[in-house]
Amino acid sequence: MVEQVRKLLEKRVESAAELENLRQSILGKRDTSRICISVCGGTACRASGAEAVVEAFLDEIERRELQVQVEMKETGCHGFCERGPLVVIEPRKIFYQQVKPEDIPEIIAETVLGGKVVERLLYVDPVSSQRITYEPDVPFYKRQTRTIFGANGTIDPTNIEDYIAVGGYSALSKALTGMKPQEIIDEVKKSGLRGRGGGGFPTGKKWQSCREAEADIKYVICNADEGDPGAYQDRSLLEGNPHSVLEGMVIGAYAIGSHRGYIYVRNEYPLAVRHARIAIEQAMDYGLLGENILGSGFDFNVTINKGGGAFVCGESSALMASLEGKIGEPKAKYVHMSEKGLWDNPSLLNNVKTWANVPLVINKGADWYSKIGTSGSKGTMIFSLVGNINNTGLVEVPMGITLREMIFDIGGGIPNGKKFKAVQTGGPSGGCIPEQFLDTPVDFDELTKLGSMMGSGGMIVMDEDTCMVDVAKYFIEFLKGESCGKCTPCREGINRMSEILSNITQGKGKPEDLEALEDLAAVLNAGALCALGQTAANPVMSTLKYFRDEYIAHIEQKKCPAGVCRDLIQYSIDPEKCQGCLRCLRACPTGAITGEKREAHTLNQGLCIKCGACYDVCKFDAVIRQ
Amino acid sequence: MAKVWIDGETSIEVEDADGVNAVRLTVDDKEIIVSPGQTILEAVQRRNGIGNIPALCHHPAVKPYGACRICTVEVSEDGGSKFKFVAACLYPVKEGLIVKTQTEKIKKLRKGIIELMLARCPNVPKIQELAEEYGVEKPRFVLGDQDCILCGLCVRACQEIMGKSAISLVNRGIYREVAAPFYAYELTEECIGCGDCAFVCPTGAIEMGPDDRPILPKVKIPYAEIEVLMKKEAVTPS
Repeated sequence: MVEQVRKLLEKRVESAAELENLRQSILGKRDTSRICISVCGGTACRASGAEAVVEAFLDEIERRELQVQVEMKETGCHGFCERGPLVVIEPRKIFYQQVKPEDIPEIIAETVLGGKVVERLLYVDPVSSQRITYEPDVPFYKRQTRTIFGANGTIDPTNIEDYIAVGGYSALSKALTGMKPQEIIDEVKKSGLRGRGGGGFPTGKKWQSCREAEADIKYVICNADEGDPGAYQDRSLLEGNPHSVLEGMVIGAYAIGSHRGYIYVRNEYPLAVRHARIAIEQAMDYGLLGENILGSGFDFNVTINKGGGAFVCGESSALMASLEGKIGEPKAKYVHMSEKGLWDNPSLLNNVKTWANVPLVINKGADWYSKIGTSGSKGTMIFSLVGNINNTGLVEVPMGITLREMIFDIGGGIPNGKKFKAVQTGGPSGGCIPEQFLDTPVDFDELTKLGSMMGSGGMIVMDEDTCMVDVAKYFIEFLKGESCGKCTPCREGINRMSEILSNITQGKGKPEDLEALEDLAAVLNAGALCALGQTAANPVMSTLKYFRDEYIAHIEQKKCPAGVCRDLIQYSIDPEKCQGCLRCLRACPTGAITGEKREAHTLNQGLCIKCGACYDVCKFDAVIRQ
Repeated sequence: MAKVWIDGETSIEVEDADGVNAVRLTVDDKEIIVSPGQTILEAVQRRNGIGNIPALCHHPAVKPYGACRICTVEVSEDGGSKFKFVAACLYPVKEGLIVKTQTEKIKKLRKGIIELMLARCPNVPKIQELAEEYGVEKPRFVLGDQDCILCGLCVRACQEIMGKSAISLVNRGIYREVAAPFYAYELTEECIGCGDCAFVCPTGAIEMGPDDRPILPKVKIPYAEIEVLMKKEAVTPS
């Protein structure tokens, strides 16, 4: 017991100088030439089997008794999720992708012991067809500016010493020992940092009003209730580098004079919850959180609160209601949450990414920070690039990069030679942007001008086989299930929109439906209580604006041009082209296709469920979809 | 000297008096002086003939909630150059505020909201009256057969006035409804049969039963479906 207490006390860092000493001693103990195998332990790589890869490495290291020579590390998300599980062999940064447990003995024998590269595990650039050996040379990473996300791939999120080794908590030490609270806020203001959760509200301004609000108790909240379909950047950040978020929160708390913080994270993110919890415990042990942080006399505690998964709880007032133990419903914010928030006390709520930006602003200074980005949007933004795209993953780019660069240079374009159709940004409240705007610089204001939004950084790419009415219906259905139901426009309006869109996709649409959709959108936009309802019509309005002809085709010709809406398409077999190969016949799950070998097949419409299996397998283009 | 309005017809001249605990605002081009700390709706409802703000989820006995949204008005805080839509039942009066309660935009918005309400509750007289006032003839949507507009007045009265919470708003989105908390099959002994819920209900959706217990709005989802919903949304403990 005494020994344990002493150990705990030994870990505590009592001043800025001691933190620097600790950093030097961690770095001193590390042998930079020692081989380190780092396996991506992000959720996406785990889903592709990273845990088995880690096991296999550990077994092989043990079998060959390499524990001393080789270090093994499970890091946070590297970002290139399409190619997972990812393995990087340090210090040379040899990059292996889609690694399977059976590849491990070869990697150990060839690369770790032999110093040679296993060619077949290297990434092949689809453009140049060249094998790429080192991680930084992969085009996907080359075009990115990974200021927030960069450390994710090198540190073990469950080990605070890894974070301290890469300069972690130096911003906190700078802020606590060398800056007055107002100076911190001025620096954040000057940096031009805007909220990364969706609204893009100037962070410094929010901090200022929270600082000026008079109250004995103030709260700091980290919003990790990420819920947009296809978005997982907050999750990856909290999983891969939780200390950067914590460090930002402590700095924010010191700036506004708060001693109590919450991380509101979805229960569906178990790894993020676990890593955040470990990070809090370790930061407490090291005296970087809790009482008398870094010997400065400043106290700050953080508690994790797991959300039940309601999308609306990502809205600040609903989140706070949920934290209070009430039903997660938004309320009017005519008085800002920074003045009257959690339990009616001033509350500073920021998104995970916003908090992670704070240490960077403090460390490198507002002048450095504001050089990245556009005039109205500073810094970098992490996007999750998903959908019909070659390089699915998380990308961090400076604000102002064009959609084209993001989709074609970093994302590697559209798979299977298909044509780009639209990109949906900003989650369910965002809009679909068509090809003619691909050269638009991506920042808060430009996306809003196009009828979409930055949101939390979701980016869903769609190819020519996507039906835009179906896409609008998908998002409206999502919001219909996630509306809290408090206010009339949102509860009833979204439901009626869903009704109309269902009719249109089933061929029951009427010409006057489009006007009804526009009227409903206006009611939602002006009448709804919170941002969920106010922006709910964006997917419908943006597709109506840019793809109106598709709506009209559904309504007037009863046709789905992309061949997606099942009620509006029909499959048939062209007897001229059919070679009688039996492939479609075997693929058909309902036995709707009949025929003999080397004779043209026939399709019985009554049995066809329009699954498209025959269309996908036919090698002779004999199956017609119309 | 300035002209201020007592009600729709009467105006008086007042001297500029500094240090008086009051705010001046303009409602539909008429300047009024009111005490601070109230909402636009409260201020306007106390002045006969000034402004026209309908409200369904508001009741002076309970805290404002902002659910029905038909009290939405346009306000400007910068002397009239920029207007925004706000719920009058929640927005506090402020010095120099300009409030418009009857612009074309507002009428169109209220018409839209009332159309949605009428589609949900086509047989409720109160909604029919509002529909007539705002020119909604027939909703363009499939008609429902509910009486409850989910304004939450009954739930708030039970909680705030009686301190009981015998009824609750359960589930979310279109599945939202007034029910016993946690979908208990019937009201528990928490309900003391005071009748407050039936009294405040703006649409008559709650009636008092023969045993002096309220009869809640008809449950539209069969219980089997509720069980499925609840299972789907259950939080897994960890």
